[in-house]
Amino acid sequence: MSNERNDSGAVLKLENLTMQFGGVVAVDNVSLEVGKGEILSLIGPNGAGKTTAFNMVTGVYAPTNGAIYYKGEKIVQNTPQGKMKKLYQGENADLYVGKRVIAPTPDKITKLGIARTFQNIRLFKSQTVFENILIAKHMLRTSNLFTATFHLNAKEEAQMRQESEELLRIMELEDVRDELATSLPYGKQRHLEIARALATKPELLLLDEPAAGMNPQETMELTQFIGRIRGEFGLTIFMIEHHMDLVMEISDRIHVLDFGKSIAEGKPDEVRNDPRVIEAYLGGAQDE
Amino acid sequence: MEWITRNLPYLMAGISVGGQYALIAIGYTMVYGILRLINFAHGDIFMAAGLILVYSATVMPMYLAIPLMIVLTVLIGFMVERVAYKPLRTAPRMSIMISAIGVSYLLQNLALYITGGLSQQYPAIPWISDTVTIFGSTTKRVTVITPVLTLVLVVLLVLLIKYTKIGMAMRAASRDFETSQLMGIKINSVVSMTFIIGTFLAAIGSALFFTNYTGVTPTVGAMPGLKAFVAAVFGGIGSIPGAVIGAFIIGICENIIKGVGLTTFSDAFTFALLIIILIAKPTGLFGEKEADKV
Amino acid sequence: MSKKKKMAWNVSLIVALLGLLFVLEQVMPSGSMLFTVLKKGAIYALVAVSMNLLNGFTGLFSLGQAGFMLLGAYTYAILTIPPESRASVYQYYDGGIVNFAIPVPLALIAGGLIAAGFAFLIGLPVLRLKSDYLAIATLGFAEIIRAVFQWDKLGPLTNGSNLLRSFPTFQSVLYPFIVSGICIALIVMLINSTYGRAFKAIRDDEIAAEAMGINLAHHKRLAFVISSFFAGVSGGLLAMYQTTIQASMFKSAMTYEILLIVVIGGIGSVTGSCISAFLFIACSEWWLRFLDNENFYIGSFHVPLLRAGFRKVVFAVVIMAMVLFYRQGIMGTKEFSVEALQGFFRKLFRRKSVKEE
Repeated sequence: MSNERNDSGAVLKLENLTMQFGGVVAVDNVSLEVGKGEILSLIGPNGAGKTTAFNMVTGVYAPTNGAIYYKGEKIVQNTPQGKMKKLYQGENADLYVGKRVIAPTPDKITKLGIARTFQNIRLFKSQTVFENILIAKHMLRTSNLFTATFHLNAKEEAQMRQESEELLRIMELEDVRDELATSLPYGKQRHLEIARALATKPELLLLDEPAAGMNPQETMELTQFIGRIRGEFGLTIFMIEHHMDLVMEISDRIHVLDFGKSIAEGKPDEVRNDPRVIEAYLGGAQDE
Repeated sequence: MEWITRNLPYLMAGISVGGQYALIAIGYTMVYGILRLINFAHGDIFMAAGLILVYSATVMPMYLAIPLMIVLTVLIGFMVERVAYKPLRTAPRMSIMISAIGVSYLLQNLALYITGGLSQQYPAIPWISDTVTIFGSTTKRVTVITPVLTLVLVVLLVLLIKYTKIGMAMRAASRDFETSQLMGIKINSVVSMTFIIGTFLAAIGSALFFTNYTGVTPTVGAMPGLKAFVAAVFGGIGSIPGAVIGAFIIGICENIIKGVGLTTFSDAFTFALLIIILIAKPTGLFGEKEADKV
Repeated sequence: MSKKKKMAWNVSLIVALLGLLFVLEQVMPSGSMLFTVLKKGAIYALVAVSMNLLNGFTGLFSLGQAGFMLLGAYTYAILTIPPESRASVYQYYDGGIVNFAIPVPLALIAGGLIAAGFAFLIGLPVLRLKSDYLAIATLGFAEIIRAVFQWDKLGPLTNGSNLLRSFPTFQSVLYPFIVSGICIALIVMLINSTYGRAFKAIRDDEIAAEAMGINLAHHKRLAFVISSFFAGVSGGLLAMYQTTIQASMFKSAMTYEILLIVVIGGIGSVTGSCISAFLFIACSEWWLRFLDNENFYIGSFHVPLLRAGFRKVVFAVVIMAMVLFYRQGIMGTKEFSVEALQGFFRKLFRRKSVKEE
C-alpha cells in the first residue's frame, strides 16, 4: 500500500512522467508538485510538452511511463509496454514494471475534483451561457435515468439550477445568461469556460493558456480574476501560460520545460534570472 | 486436386467479382480521400450505367453503345457532384452525407419510373460474354478478363496520380483540403476530376458486372455499392491499392461462402468483416491514422 | 406563461386532437386515404423521433433504425400469433417452436426490449467509432440482422423468409396515436432532463463533455439503447399496421426514408420530426398519387410524363431541393409549442397593425 499513497501534502504530484509518441519523446521524465492553494505555472517555448503534460493529468493520454498522485492518492500509472517496450527512449524504464496500470478516462479525473479549460475554447456551441454551466452539474447528480426522466428529482434539479445561477452571478455573467455561448466576446468566453469548470466543484483547476489571444487589458482583468477565484473557491491552480506578465504576477512558483525536460523551477524572480531559462527562450535566436 | 477442381469456379468467380468491386471501390476511396464523404449515390450511378447500356444497345450497335454508356455515366457523376455536393462544401459532414443519400433515393426512383420496376435484360456484349473452358470448368470470358483489366486500369490510375499535375493536386487535396486551396490548387476541378475518374471506372465495372448478372433493377446498385465501400474501408479508406486488395478479398470470401452453401450470409459476411476491421484496426489495412487534437 | 398553464394547454390540445380523430373516424368512410396517412404517419413519427434522439440530440450518426424496427416487428409478431393459427403460418416449420401468445401491449414492450438488448450488444464495439464509420457499421448491422432473420435454420422461430401473419392488428387510428404519443412524450421528458442536457453536450463537443465529467461510453450507449427501444416499439406498431411482415421489408432504404423525415423536420426538433413524418407519408402515399395516373387531364390537356412511379421521382426531387436549399428543415432545432404559436401570432398582428397605421 505504501506505493499507492504518497503523503507529501501536495495536491498534485507528477512522478517521472514520460510521454513518447512513436520515436518522439514529448515529455521526458518530468516530476513536479503543486501544493494546496498554490498557483503553479508551467512555461516553456512552443513544443516543450506543456499541453501534453496537461493531457496526461486529465486522462486524455495515458503516459508512457510514470505516475500521477492527486491528494496523495495514485490516480495514474503506466510503464512502457507492447511495441513501446523496445522503442522507449526515456529514463527510468523499469521503475514501474510489473505494477498495476491505472489509466482513468477524462470524466473520471473530473469527478475526482480536477477540472480543466482548453487551449482553444471548447464551449457547447448550441447552448446558452446558463446551459453550459448547468451541464457541468450533471456529473454531481444522484438521480438516475428513471427518476430524471419522470422528474422525480425536482429538488435536485432545482438545486442544480440555483447553484448555476449563483455561479453566474459570482462570475459576472448573469447579464448574458440566455445568450448563445459562442455569441459572447472572446474574453467572456474564456470566463465562461472557467466558470463551467468551476461548476464541477473542483479543488484543482487546470488552465491551458487562459490568456491566449487576449489583449493586455483583457489579460490584466484575467490576472485579477484568477487571483480572485482562487481565494473565493479555495482552489489550487496549475496553469500553462505564455503571457509572462500574467505568469510573473500571479504564480507562486514556476516550472519550466524545454524539449520535454524540466530545466528550472522556483519563485518567479528565481526563474526570471535563471540562465538556463534565458537560454531556452533566447537560445534559438542566438543560433540563427 | 479434386478439391481444387470443385472449388475453382467459386475462386474464379470470386476473383472476377473482386475485380468488379475494385473498380467501384476506387470511386469511393478517392472521393472519401478528398471530400471525407461516403458517396452513397455511387452504387446507384453504377446501376444507372447498367440501365444506359440496356437502352442504348437497343438502338445502336455495341461498339457505339459502350462508349456512349461510359460518357453518359461520367456525365451523371460529374453532374451529381456539381449539383448535390458542391453547394454543401462548407456545410457539416452530416449534411453532405444526407445529400448523398438523397441523390441515391432520386436515382433509384428515377430508374423505377423509367423501367416501370421491371428487371431489364442486360445485352450480351460480344466476345466477353462468350463461354470459355479453363481447367475443366466452363465460364464466361469476362471472368478471366475482369481481374486483368482491373489491374491494368489500377496501374494506369496510380501512374496518373503519381506523375501528372492533376494527380499531384489530388494528392495534395486529400492530405489537406484547405491548405491546398490556399496553395492555388483549383479545388473544384480536382473534385470534378475525382468524380470523373471514379464514375469512369464504375461504368467499366458495370459492363463487366452485369454481363454475369441476370438483369438490371433500380436497386441493384445498392449492394455492390455497399460492398465496394466496405472494401474501401477494409483496405484503408483513401488508399487505392488498399481498396483493390480489399475488394479482391471480399469478392473471394463472398463466393467461397456461397460455395459452402451459406448464400443467405454472403452479404452479412461482408458487413461482419467491416465491423471486425473497424473495431480491430479502424483505419483499415493501409489507412493513415488521424488524431483529434485537444 | 406559468408551468401549470403550459401543462393545461398541452393536455387540452392533446385531448382535442384525440377527440377530433375520434369524430373523424365516426363520420368518414374507414377506407379513406386520410386514415392510412394518419396511422402510418403516427408510426413513422415515433421512429423518426427515436432516430432524432440519436442523430439530432446526441450527435451519433446511426443508420441502424430499420434493423431495430425489424427486431421489434418480429418479436411482436412471434409473441402474439394465436397458437391455433401457428400451424398455418409456420406451415413449413411444423407450427414453429413458440406455442403461446402474450397480450399485445406486453408484446410491443418486449419488441422494444429485444431491440434495446441487441442495441446494447452492438453498441459495445461500434459506439467507439466516429461519425461516418459509425453510420456504416450500424447500417451493416441492420443488414446482418435482416440476413439472419431470413436464415431457414432459424425458421421455427422466424418462419425463414416467409411472411408472418395472423397476429392481432389495430382498427382505430387512435391506437397508433396513443402508443406513439406516450412513447414520444417519454422521449421528450428524457430530452428535457439532465440526461438530455448531457446528450446535447456530447453532440456539441465530445471532448469538452468528457472534461465536464460526462462518461461518454455510458451516455452514448444510453442514447443508443433508448433510441433502439422506441424503434423496436414502432416496428411492432408497423407490423400491426401492415398485418403481415417479412424481413425483406426492412431494407436500408427504409432507414434512409426515416433519415430524410428527420432532416426535413429539422435535426434536433421533436415536433419537426412529427410534422415531417405526416407530411412525408401524406405526400408519398396520397397527395402525389395523381402523378401516377397516366390519364390525368387538366381541362382537355393531357399532362405528359405521368405514369406509375412518377410520383416518387417528383417526391425525390422535392426532397433533394429541401436538403440543398432548406437545410435547417421545417423547424430547425426549434420546437412547436403553444408559446411559439402565440408569439408568432402576436408578431403577425403587430406587423399588420403597423401596416394599417
